[in-house]
Amino acid sequence: MNKGVAITGMGIVSAIGSNTAMNYEALVSGKSGIDYPKNLLTKHKDLPVGEIALTNKDMAEKLRLPKDHLYTRAALLGVTAIKEAVEQSRLKIDSHTGLVSGTSVGGIDATEKFFTEFAAGNSENKEFIRAQHPGFTTQKIADYFGITGFVSTISTACSSSANAIMLGARLIKAGKLKRVIVGGTDCLTRFTLNGFNSLKILSKEPCQAFDENRYGLNLGEGAAYLILEAEDEIKDREVLGRLKAYGNSNDAFHQTASSADGEGAYLAMQKALITANIPLNAIDYINAHGTGTKNNDAAESVALQRIFNNEVPKFSSTKAFTGHALAAAGALEAVYSLLNIKKSQIFPNLNFSHPMQSSDLIPVTKLEQQKVNTVLSNSFGFGGNCTSLIFARDEK
Amino acid sequence: MKNKIYITGIGGISAQKNDFAENPLVYEQLIFKAHTPNFKEFIKPMALRRMSQAVKMGVTTALLALKDAKVELPEAIITGTGEGCKKDTERFLEKLLDQREDLLNPTPFIQSTHNTIGGQIALHLGCKNYNVTYSQNSASLESAFIDAQLLLSENPKSNNILVGGVDEVSEVISGFRNLDQQLKTKKIKNLDLFKDDSPGTIASEGSHFFLLTSEIKESTYAELIDLGIINSVSTQGLTSEVESFLTNNQLKPEDIDVVILGNNGDNRFDHFYENLQQGIFKNTQQLVYKHLIGEYETATGFAFLLAANILKSGEIPGILKANNIPEVKTKNILIYNQYLARDHSLSLLRAV
Repeated sequence: MNKGVAITGMGIVSAIGSNTAMNYEALVSGKSGIDYPKNLLTKHKDLPVGEIALTNKDMAEKLRLPKDHLYTRAALLGVTAIKEAVEQSRLKIDSHTGLVSGTSVGGIDATEKFFTEFAAGNSENKEFIRAQHPGFTTQKIADYFGITGFVSTISTACSSSANAIMLGARLIKAGKLKRVIVGGTDCLTRFTLNGFNSLKILSKEPCQAFDENRYGLNLGEGAAYLILEAEDEIKDREVLGRLKAYGNSNDAFHQTASSADGEGAYLAMQKALITANIPLNAIDYINAHGTGTKNNDAAESVALQRIFNNEVPKFSSTKAFTGHALAAAGALEAVYSLLNIKKSQIFPNLNFSHPMQSSDLIPVTKLEQQKVNTVLSNSFGFGGNCTSLIFARDEK
Repeated sequence: MKNKIYITGIGGISAQKNDFAENPLVYEQLIFKAHTPNFKEFIKPMALRRMSQAVKMGVTTALLALKDAKVELPEAIITGTGEGCKKDTERFLEKLLDQREDLLNPTPFIQSTHNTIGGQIALHLGCKNYNVTYSQNSASLESAFIDAQLLLSENPKSNNILVGGVDEVSEVISGFRNLDQQLKTKKIKNLDLFKDDSPGTIASEGSHFFLLTSEIKESTYAELIDLGIINSVSTQGLTSEVESFLTNNQLKPEDIDVVILGNNGDNRFDHFYENLQQGIFKNTQQLVYKHLIGEYETATGFAFLLAANILKSGEIPGILKANNIPEVKTKNILIYNQYLARDHSLSLLRAV
């Protein structure tokens, strides 16, 4: 029987809190983390974002890094989240412990800070030249925890951390690793804020996923990681839940836009459901990608209706709490999925008032108490990249 | 029963042409571009116009690998790129800074994500299958190969996995390598790379795609036995890592007929290679290649191409030889690489 891979730890930092307990508190009280940018140095102060209040200095001090450390913001967020997960699972770190991190932005915050200086031939901050490349941020995280063996980075835009979680499970199943830290991290940058702004898909209001009158997404930042372990490593420790199945597919339609029939999303969910080998009605809840853009929510709705034969399970998007944390989104929502299971609660889709005419789908808009055994979580990204993960309760 | 993995199709673009053994191209700049084919033969002009060098090279070599293996649609597309689409990244970043976050053209932004290459290959082929991109510095391509190895072991029916590594040179960001000692300080001819005892190396670009099958076909080059990545290790620790990797594959160092090493002339880090050259692989045929194609994060794509060709043809071009060992029939080839002392990788290939 497909029991799924055991999850023994989780950690998170997002706009709604710097650990799991704070995130949970905000989710049940319906408290959004979306606000105008305070720390991000941008002229677009009118674009609401899911910004984490902690500054780099706050985090570096808390992590006791030396003053001349080379940790990018994404690395600081990553270490903060992993620390929580590692402490919870009492993770053993040795050569059989791996790290697979998803990041899209990586250390571009450093690049945009020093680009002009580097371009002028000024080498004062040369240690940050390689920060632009995603592996740099992952390397810094690995260094903090003394992980020296299998360390890799997945960069598939907004599905990066979902793909990292998937790879980790596969590495455990194949016996390549005994324990692996999986998830993702991305921070707010001018690069991404302006990028999405130039695409005209940022909302000047808090995002309204699946609402007829949605304007677009709010960018967010965050990091979240899970600890996955092989069965013989668990012993008497608590299993928070299981990653039961996963699927990845490519929409092969357009570099950024989703196809009208949501084919990539459909195929990713289909693969995950087939691998899980469970009936459609076994899915108790779906944490949708639901960014609040016209295009994503329309395509995702069609895909949901197609795969569930118009009997779509309860679903919501948590993006209105955190903003869209890009590569980290799938990992943030993996933590929320595990909370759904653990607490027997479904978190609401904030800011929803009018169903989309094209689909008539209505998300969960108020906190609901309900036994949740199985959650499907969707993450879709640029390049047509679509990933679905299925989390399940640990059956003793 | 575990699937075997065969390299059955190859497409490669690097700073050298196919006849590099007889007519190596010589470069005198510290950063040099790839020798590219006429992309119009592979990609329609409309699509080509928007593509960066990385995407052009990636799509073209992916098509070449498929053609070589006579496969139309792969079951998965797995890409490694250490530095991604630098050209589009710097285009967007420069405009953002120059125009103070105003009136920006989104095209370079949407093409700047690391999975643009894999996404564009999928788009070109209409391939909706598994598609993932790895970006772990010099272990990016090897991460992609490991994913393919998992895919082929998870499902006995899986076949036809497209795996490749791509990195491009861009005017501004590649030039930053001058500032942090990644490059030599004085001009040097690429072919003289190992004659100069100094820090830094020479940089270039390229793309290599491989079509992996679970069965031997007419075009099969070699069997891919195993891969491993090690994020950090000491010079001494490396020897035991290599030995345990070989032991896991029921081999001893003396079973390796050819070792392909990533020496790049940087005297701060080449000791990782030299330690093996003077140690466990002292009596093994040692090959080097970065004096031909330069250094970049997925340069090992060229090493995989060399290994595959050597295992198929039995011929070892003299220009690659770092020592002189009487030639034996090549059965096992080990590729070892690192960059700046990090992201070490071991890849083992065997003759079929």
